[in-house]
Amino acid sequence: MSSENSVTLHGVSKSFGEKQVLDNVSFSVGRGEAICVLGRSGTGKSVTLKLILALLKPDAGNIRIGDDEITQLEGQELSRVRRRMGFLFQSGALFDSLSLHDNLALPLRRLTKKSKDEIEEIIDRVLGQVELAGDKHKMPRELSGGMQKRAGLARALVFEPETLLVDEPSSGLDRITASEIDDLLLDQKVRRGSAMIIVTHDLHGARRVGDRFAVLDKGRLAGLGRPQDLEKHENETVRRLVGG
Amino acid sequence: MIGIFDFVGAVGLFGLRVIGSVFRIPFELEQIWRHIGEAGVRSLALVLSAGLALGVVMTLHTRGALVMFGATAMIPKLQSLGFFVEIGPLVAALLVAGRVGAGNGAVLADMRATEQIDAIEALSMDSFKFLVVPRVVACVIALPLLTVFMDFCGILGGYLSEYTLSHISLHLYLTRAFQGMQWSNFVPPTLKALVFGFIIGTISCFFGYTTNEGAEGVGRAATSSVVVSSLLIILADVILVKIIFLTFPGSAT
Repeated sequence: MSSENSVTLHGVSKSFGEKQVLDNVSFSVGRGEAICVLGRSGTGKSVTLKLILALLKPDAGNIRIGDDEITQLEGQELSRVRRRMGFLFQSGALFDSLSLHDNLALPLRRLTKKSKDEIEEIIDRVLGQVELAGDKHKMPRELSGGMQKRAGLARALVFEPETLLVDEPSSGLDRITASEIDDLLLDQKVRRGSAMIIVTHDLHGARRVGDRFAVLDKGRLAGLGRPQDLEKHENETVRRLVGG
Repeated sequence: MIGIFDFVGAVGLFGLRVIGSVFRIPFELEQIWRHIGEAGVRSLALVLSAGLALGVVMTLHTRGALVMFGATAMIPKLQSLGFFVEIGPLVAALLVAGRVGAGNGAVLADMRATEQIDAIEALSMDSFKFLVVPRVVACVIALPLLTVFMDFCGILGGYLSEYTLSHISLHLYLTRAFQGMQWSNFVPPTLKALVFGFIIGTISCFFGYTTNEGAEGVGRAATSSVVVSSLLIILADVILVKIIFLTFPGSAT
């Protein structure tokens, strides 16, 4: 049976030592849908993304990527599923010893059998999408914060992922640059039909890009639904976080 | 005490994982070559200058004592034995532990703190195979080579020092230096450097790769890499010398 959802979390819990970060969290995101994960700092939002990508293992619960239970996968199988996802890190996480071009070329050279020309074509295309085509020979330290975010997004797109995981796309950016990043995410969602899970504190951006909000409070999923519905939620933290 | 056992166990498993990963594809030859340049070529000037200086100093120290016994002809032999058997491997390893060990620890810890290691995993690449294994292999390959360079620089330093005092010819000095020298005086101690290289690579990568303390962890990883590598090199030296004596009895004379 084929899953209609790109990502499904069911009863996911995670602790670090004594501290329970996530407690029995369940939600799913469908193809072409963007779900924004909101919550106060330290409520497990970024941990949720890392669990989805199997950078961390949950203590309990299941995480399905399409039909694959990612928590059970290792080695080549895990690698195959991860390639269906792109991850935009909060800091961009570009490899600082490589130029922007090589940051994008590295995974393509190592994990695909594409020719040099095909790789160059992909790099030019994704850098064009994020408006960095003229900067491909720059080192990460030569890029501004906004450019690093866009470069990180370009790298996340090289495998044309079905699902995009985005960690704080607007943190440290001015309103205009943050809005440009939101435009790029919207473009991915609308044009490519990518599923997206976006962790953010930026309510303005979340309302532009997100179809639904998942609100975490003290590690639990306190609210899940459309922003306009959550504005009238019974939980005060949910109402305050969605700006109701 | 439990903490020490935990640490030893964790490092042991890390080292075993390195060994297990070396023989799995991809072999990361490009990365290994790059890190041999980092660990080996860039350490060469340090090792050569240290070897030369130690060669001069060692001759100055031994000469005084040997003159009293009329045994100055033994200086070249003492010099070559000293360097090949002990000074070369040990000092080269300690120098590389300081330079390369600190570098590995700091770079990997920084990559961890800035989520670059997570990014490698997110791109479906094996970060351990890509970052750790080539660094350890590079140390294992580079250190014996650096040791040979240090040995010969030590002998050269000894010759320069002796030449200024007695005007001995290079030919005579080298003849005396290598007279009666056996392969067992040269090969096992140089191979000892393989083990030292493995220790430096593994320990420094362990501290860098496994840290999770943000920016503060970068400095701590660099310091711990140097301190623990140096200590383990000295401890391993004691054990390896004993093993060499048992395996090659001729080298004990």
